[in-house]
Amino acid sequence: MTEPVLSVCDLQIEFALRRGTLRAIDGVSFDIAKGEVLGVVGESGAGKSVTGLAVIGLIDPPGRIAGGEIYLSGLRIDHLPPEDLRRIRGKRIGMIFQDPLTSLNPLYRIGDQIVETIRTHTSLSEQAARKRAIDLLAEVGIPAPDKRIDGYPHEFSGGMRQRVVIALAICVEPELIIADEPTTALDVSVQAQIISLIKRLGRDHGTAVMLVTHDMGVIAETSDRVAVMYSGRIVEIGPVQDVIQNPLHPYAKGLMGAIPTLAGEDKRLVQIPGSMPRLSAIPQGCSFNPRCAFAFDRCRIERPEPIRHGTQAVACHLYDAGVEDSAA
Amino acid sequence: MLAFTLHRAIQAIGVMIAVGIIAFSMFRFAGDPVNQIVSLDTPPAERAAVRQSLGLDDPVIVQFARYVGNAAQFKFGVSYQFRQPVTALLMERMPATLELATCATMLAMVFGILMGVYSALRRDTLLAKAFQAISLIGISLPTFLIGILLIYLFAVVLGWLPSFGRGEVVRIGWWTTGLLTVSGLKALIMPSVTLGLFQMTLIMRLVRAEMLEVLRTDYIRFARARGLTTRAIHFGHALKNTLVPVITVAGLQFGSVIAFAIITETVFQWPGMGLLFVQAVQNVDIPIMAAYLLFVSLIFVTINFVVDILYTVVDPRLRSTISGAA
Repeated sequence: MTEPVLSVCDLQIEFALRRGTLRAIDGVSFDIAKGEVLGVVGESGAGKSVTGLAVIGLIDPPGRIAGGEIYLSGLRIDHLPPEDLRRIRGKRIGMIFQDPLTSLNPLYRIGDQIVETIRTHTSLSEQAARKRAIDLLAEVGIPAPDKRIDGYPHEFSGGMRQRVVIALAICVEPELIIADEPTTALDVSVQAQIISLIKRLGRDHGTAVMLVTHDMGVIAETSDRVAVMYSGRIVEIGPVQDVIQNPLHPYAKGLMGAIPTLAGEDKRLVQIPGSMPRLSAIPQGCSFNPRCAFAFDRCRIERPEPIRHGTQAVACHLYDAGVEDSAA
Repeated sequence: MLAFTLHRAIQAIGVMIAVGIIAFSMFRFAGDPVNQIVSLDTPPAERAAVRQSLGLDDPVIVQFARYVGNAAQFKFGVSYQFRQPVTALLMERMPATLELATCATMLAMVFGILMGVYSALRRDTLLAKAFQAISLIGISLPTFLIGILLIYLFAVVLGWLPSFGRGEVVRIGWWTTGLLTVSGLKALIMPSVTLGLFQMTLIMRLVRAEMLEVLRTDYIRFARARGLTTRAIHFGHALKNTLVPVITVAGLQFGSVIAFAIITETVFQWPGMGLLFVQAVQNVDIPIMAAYLLFVSLIFVTINFVVDILYTVVDPRLRSTISGAA
């Protein structure tokens, strides 16, 4: 098996606040292979975005990586000095943020922003970089790119701006793209275009993509594998079809049950009772236990570790072989 | 763009006419000008003759039209105290004030922006905290007090700089400049610092606040995610966005610098228009006061106009809004 593009091992992220230290990410591990799209899904505050920011090295104080390792194609990047990390950002890891309306500097032409990024990371001349910028704009589907390159961000619509942002993220052919809710701020019709664009780019360039979203529909359409996050941990990870068809973790089950379907029998949508615990009050044992219908004594005491189960991995005591045996 | 410029120009003229009415009414309500000219024992017949020769028995509206007409040609009448045309007096004093105001503004801009950027980027350093403390002093101490303290320290105790006046000046055409002689430059230092200190602290605090705001925006985060150098992010992306409001404030402040020069000029006996104005107030020399009022408003209106145009140069979003509206 070839080396994964991104490998995250036992990542811990802490925020040192005045009231005490909060652990936002606790022991997250996953790999993304070349050309693979990993969807990361979960409620707001589950730690999806923070994980993405940690990979690209943009966690701002008071947050910090408190433990674990991050490897980019075998190179450990979580301990690099800031200047080395900066050289990797944009060049080997591209990032797309949620809101295309505010991601571009309003005072600079979009072409200048692309050329600036290209020239920061390569030795291309001004003209060559400009030519490449026009090609990129064409590739992400901006009509008349040779004219639009001299436009200012406010002259583009939201969907077009997100295309420009994507062009900026891929302009020096990174190995990995982190897309943090890339479609949340867009119209549904535009969302589909952006998703197929990201998918196509991943396929054409063999780029690995980490797609952070809370939209299961987006995940189902785009991803090869999916990681379900809950209060700073991955509760389930596996191939997207398996996780959607046959979710194992009670939280993942609840999440899939809460997706409305059109082929609808008139069923009530399943709700997960309660809400995710605050970071300052994570319960002992499994952090999902107060909301879980299947919780038993062990769940309130012992933190479950991920267990392999077929193609999926799940962090739940229900799937511990010993428990199943004794229950049977 | 042309329509926008024209629109603003018409507004500016409107403001100037309003100021003209105020300046004109000073003549009518601040005592009878005839009394200022004639002596106590002048017979009534002669007073009437003077009144008629000055056109003071014409209807008010005619007098106002004549005043505006003259003002448009820079004729502001004759000073009561100097018996010289006001325009000549003002022109003679103008270079001193403009040199002082320009110097003070440049000082304020350069140091204000540098200190502001530094204290935003290195927020927790000792120097940044010192700047904040100094700016508090600059913003709260009155100008005349700073001037007097400076005079005491550098002129009286240390004897490095002259305590008053403009030093030697060189005449270039009708303009007199103190920038070309050593004594002129030395004399310029303390008044410029005094006059510019308030603006400097204002700009510094503004730049700091704006910069901190801009550094939190998404496009700065995205610029970091693109791996741009810290330098490019801070001085290219962040500073340019910071400068939009700074241009407004600095521009408008240039007007107040000229207006507030009155105090600084008095403290340092600087032979500029401000000093002339103070003397005019003491002697109820209304033609000078009225002309000065018009002159200061003209500067404010012009600066406002230029700032509006400059905006559109810096911020492309305004360009399209304007052409869209026009």
